[in-house]
Amino acid sequence: MQPPVAPILELVNVSKSFGALKVVDELSVSLQSGEALGVVGPNGAGKTTMLNLISGTLRVDEGRIVFAGRDLGDCPPHIRCRIGIGRTYQIPRPFAGMTVFENVLVGATHGRGRPERASYDRCMAALERAGLEHKANELAGALTLLERKRLELARALATEPRVLLLDEIGGGLTEVEVRALIETIKSLRAEGLSIIWIEHIVHALLAVVDRLVAIDFGRKVMEGEPQAVINSPEVQDVYLGSAVP
Amino acid sequence: MSASTYRVVRSSRASRIGLAVGALLVAGLAVLPYAAGSGTLRTLISFLTLVTVAQMWNLLAGYAGLLSVGQQAYIGLGAYALWVLADEVGVHPFVAVPLAGLIVGLIALPTAGLAFRLRGGYFAIGTWVIAEVYRLVIANIQAVGGGSGVTITAASHIARATRQNVTYWLALAVAVGTIGLVYGILRSRLGLALTAIRDDETSAESLGVHVFRTKLWVYVLSSFGCGLAGAVIYLNLLRIQPDAAFSVNWTALMIFVVVIGGVGTIEGPIIGAILYFILQETLADYGSWYLILVGLVAVVITLKAPRGLWGLLTERRPVHVFPLQRHVRIDASGEIPPVSGRPRSACADE
Repeated sequence: MQPPVAPILELVNVSKSFGALKVVDELSVSLQSGEALGVVGPNGAGKTTMLNLISGTLRVDEGRIVFAGRDLGDCPPHIRCRIGIGRTYQIPRPFAGMTVFENVLVGATHGRGRPERASYDRCMAALERAGLEHKANELAGALTLLERKRLELARALATEPRVLLLDEIGGGLTEVEVRALIETIKSLRAEGLSIIWIEHIVHALLAVVDRLVAIDFGRKVMEGEPQAVINSPEVQDVYLGSAVP
Repeated sequence: MSASTYRVVRSSRASRIGLAVGALLVAGLAVLPYAAGSGTLRTLISFLTLVTVAQMWNLLAGYAGLLSVGQQAYIGLGAYALWVLADEVGVHPFVAVPLAGLIVGLIALPTAGLAFRLRGGYFAIGTWVIAEVYRLVIANIQAVGGGSGVTITAASHIARATRQNVTYWLALAVAVGTIGLVYGILRSRLGLALTAIRDDETSAESLGVHVFRTKLWVYVLSSFGCGLAGAVIYLNLLRIQPDAAFSVNWTALMIFVVVIGGVGTIEGPIIGAILYFILQETLADYGSWYLILVGLVAVVITLKAPRGLWGLLTERRPVHVFPLQRHVRIDASGEIPPVSGRPRSACADE
């Protein structure tokens, strides 16, 4: 598939270290508008750190991140959300003492700078999208893992993002649940949302994404057509390990 | 594709009963000076100001996660602002009370600029240090009485009964007003942000919440409330001494009341203040045994009921006297809304 020309999000030679450990090492990745990009790599490869750098939870040490032509620089996370970068967390972080509806309302109001009542419709739509409307009045702290993952998605969608960052949203789900998730993400992609999806469930990625990036030790190992990337010896090496020399 | 309608409601049966009982209680308290003696009024002034400062500390620590140990700074500054306005500027002491609150709020703004550079435990100690700096500065300026303090003479000229009654009404107005303020804030968009910050600051920020600005607002508002309370307390006592007005015991008391009552709820600080006053009124004659007992109560409650008395009371069946939660009601047949189709909204705030 030939992606459109204008990149909506671009990481240019981005590096990030925690102390002496370089977690992201001169990484360059670009996301075209309307594209779904999958990210694979073993645990500790720097995938989540990459998302944290994009969403502003972490600051880059070197390099730059450009969103819709704007260098994000020191732009704080709440502004990044408001200009259209939505994210989910690998380990869900619900507002446990608030209802599911209120959780989503936070994103719909503050994420869009909109008054409360004008956000209700958006909240209901986001809840329906994530299949959580029947749980609207439950405390988020009482949800199951699957429901928490769905809540992560619903909250991010309520902010009406232009780029959606998904961090292992399929982890821990059953096969049936994963299939439902694939359909949801496919439909978001079909509506023109640009997506970066980190996932270990490779078949889920292959079913949705246009392009795949494999990273290891914070560096890009390979990038390209999903099936080709997964089948390449380099990526097989990274994932399954190579024979000890 | 069928559309469903829904409403978002906030009130509950408990809240309607609570509102009615609360209104009756406030009305009863308002006419009390015509029936009660001077001693009762003095006790109630202390109680009402304690409810106020506990409510303010709860907003600060229970919601914004700002564990300040320096709120005594604003009680002391409120007291001195009252003195300056009443004795030096010549404002009527009763009018000076709200003005003192506003002045304290203004002082809190640059103070926050300093304190907010610190986080967690450092913030707690930092706020305490800032309060000490305010105390030392005032204690070293002879023009404001130095270490021995000042007397609010303008207020002592007012007839005793009038002064006490009006001070009592001011205390009542400030307590009800701050509870109303906290309630209003928590029901608003700001409250939504604040509750989100209480539960998870990082994810609140990722959902567009301006965490710094929200916390700044809360800090200034909470200091304003403590300033008001400080002015009322010293309008009652008349004599201000820096060591007492800026004593860390004020904040220790706020923490005690909020923790035993239930942190992160509006009901908690009220319940906590009631319990504290019951303990004080019944056991104060036992000297140090009283303090040991109060400490024991705090230890037992934090171990056995970390959500405080209110949390314990409502553990099995949630009761919301102050309805903050939003409930979605699906209208008509009560069906779950269909997966597709945008719902029509008909929002009501019952």
